[in-house]
Amino acid sequence: MIFNDFNPLEDKIFRVIDNDGKVINKEYMPDLDDETIIQAYKHMLFFRTADEMAVSFQRQGRMYTYPPCLGHEAIHAASGMNMRDQDWLVPAFREVGIMLLKGVTMKEIFLYYMGNEEGSNFKKANHVIPISISIGSQYLHATGIGYSIKYQKKDEIVFTSIGDGGTSEGDFSEALNFAGNWKVPVIYTIQNNQYAISVPVKNQTNAINLAVKSVGFGIPGVKVDGNDFFAMYATYKEAVEYAKAGKGAVLIEALTYRKGAHTTSDDPTKYRTKEEETEWHKTDPMHRLKKYMDHKGIWKENEEELIEKYKLEVDKQFEEAENMPPYKLDDVFQHMYVDMPDDLRKQKADYEQFLTWKDSKK
Amino acid sequence: MTIVQAINNALDIKLEEDKTVVIYGEDAGLEGGVFRVTEGLQKKHGVERVFDAPIAESAIVGTALGMAMSGLRPVVELQFDGFSYPAFNQIISNVSRMNNRSRGMYKAPMVIRFPYGGGINALEHHSESPEALYSHIPGLKVVVPSTPHDAKGLMIAAIESGDPVIFMEPKRIYRAIKQEVSDDKFSIPIGKAKVLTEGTDVTVVAFGAMIRECQKALVMAKEAGISVELIDLRTIYPLDKETIVNSIKKTGKIVIVAEAPTSFSVGGELMAIANEEAFLYLDAPPKRVMGFDTIVPLAKGEPLYMISPDRIFYEIERTVKF
Repeated sequence: MIFNDFNPLEDKIFRVIDNDGKVINKEYMPDLDDETIIQAYKHMLFFRTADEMAVSFQRQGRMYTYPPCLGHEAIHAASGMNMRDQDWLVPAFREVGIMLLKGVTMKEIFLYYMGNEEGSNFKKANHVIPISISIGSQYLHATGIGYSIKYQKKDEIVFTSIGDGGTSEGDFSEALNFAGNWKVPVIYTIQNNQYAISVPVKNQTNAINLAVKSVGFGIPGVKVDGNDFFAMYATYKEAVEYAKAGKGAVLIEALTYRKGAHTTSDDPTKYRTKEEETEWHKTDPMHRLKKYMDHKGIWKENEEELIEKYKLEVDKQFEEAENMPPYKLDDVFQHMYVDMPDDLRKQKADYEQFLTWKDSKK
Repeated sequence: MTIVQAINNALDIKLEEDKTVVIYGEDAGLEGGVFRVTEGLQKKHGVERVFDAPIAESAIVGTALGMAMSGLRPVVELQFDGFSYPAFNQIISNVSRMNNRSRGMYKAPMVIRFPYGGGINALEHHSESPEALYSHIPGLKVVVPSTPHDAKGLMIAAIESGDPVIFMEPKRIYRAIKQEVSDDKFSIPIGKAKVLTEGTDVTVVAFGAMIRECQKALVMAKEAGISVELIDLRTIYPLDKETIVNSIKKTGKIVIVAEAPTSFSVGGELMAIANEEAFLYLDAPPKRVMGFDTIVPLAKGEPLYMISPDRIFYEIERTVKF
């Protein structure tokens, strides 16, 4: 079992392929057919294409901000591919890939970062909670959903995610403590991308790694190479089986690197070096999976053509988001309460009166 | 100087002259904060005095109280208004009441600063105005500057205060206003409002980023022949009742402008004061021009929520014509 074999107390890291895509840990290689592996790469290619386009749309001033997921693709593909339709996703905010595999659309992602709340209304995605901007709070919600699943005896699993910085919040520890106690079917991931905006992970904690935090809460934990698709896939597969068997929660530290900025408002050159970035780029998750496929001779697609196809799709979704009908006054009020208080209706009516006055002045 | 530079300058002066001052917060050290308010201070004063904190607002405030009780004067940064809430328990249950609980043995001379308010097309939890929440808590002082000059003077006063101060910085005008500000040390007393424009027809009370919007409305009012007295609160608690009441006695009317939700707000408090202390002088109902009782919408809907000069003028005119 991966969770037993790679003890975080000894700072072990679970890895299946190396930076050149060579299998170094054969016994843990997940049993995947070629088609699935190719599909995984295509997912990652789509994520990266969409992500780069999102950054560029923001640069053009067509979205207000965006948190790039560049470098996180293996984690997103591996977890997304292990999720079923009925499973729950309780995201932080750097999980666009996982969200897409759960049925969220790029149009919705774009809408959100264009400043429209409709972007949190995932119409076709089953059991996806709006992203959590309030750092760490989502971990507790995942724990609660886990309890609910157990209580209702449902065949569902919860996937949730946090960044390395988020592990410093009290909510992180409190959620895991409850999770251990309640033995909830929740898979907690830490996407450790080395930085919380400008602050490196070594300034977040004195612990040897983040997976080790699981020990104090009595749940299994493992540190995984988050840029190794196969390692991530195998880990999630095992975590899913563990949860399904009613054994409870696990904590997965997925070691990766935020290749982009924190959000488009951030400038990483202020706090990290080119040398460090270059070192990490050698571990790029897509590069590694591609190399693996090349060794095996299974990748026969034309990557450029695929990217062009994806770009058309993303463009179409962006256009749809940009062409949303204008934001109405009603949109400010309508979802505040299930039963709207009279006073709120009056505030809206007063404002409409002001708008009438304003129009009369034109 | 801009407001950002003025606060930076105030912090620099206090770090220089008082070795008990320490500054920390998320990204506040090396990077100088996401708005660069503390930029350069770590380099100048050292990593022991200006540093990055792990992401844990409750811990930032709770540890600051520990420091404040044991000889330091911490100035901590919470990254955004909406991220002050994870620290709420420490602020309410501990910071605000340590002096009283220990019968004066332990005090909490500390400043909790955070950018507040909307109008910058930000994400969720990044556009809120929680001044009423903190002003409601006995034991806290709440300060909101509206100009670079005031930001500097009030920050120095806040750090020198023996009481805990919530220092809310109007992020929308962080860099929008430039003003000559003396490089020397000066302070502005906490608890004193300022009459920015004298007038006779109506009193308009505002603070923070809304002052600039009111000033735009005042231009429209002038064109319409209305003489407005504009008061900048500068401190929400303790409130300078005297300045407000004297003005109402002169004009007989009050319009309150703030971007927080209307109900149970600073606006409500000001109306209570108008009624309690100047009832016989009022010749029109006091009016609040404030946010809806809703969440601040994201960017697409934010213009519907934010208080515009148009709307301020509209309510000024209606009040004057009452």
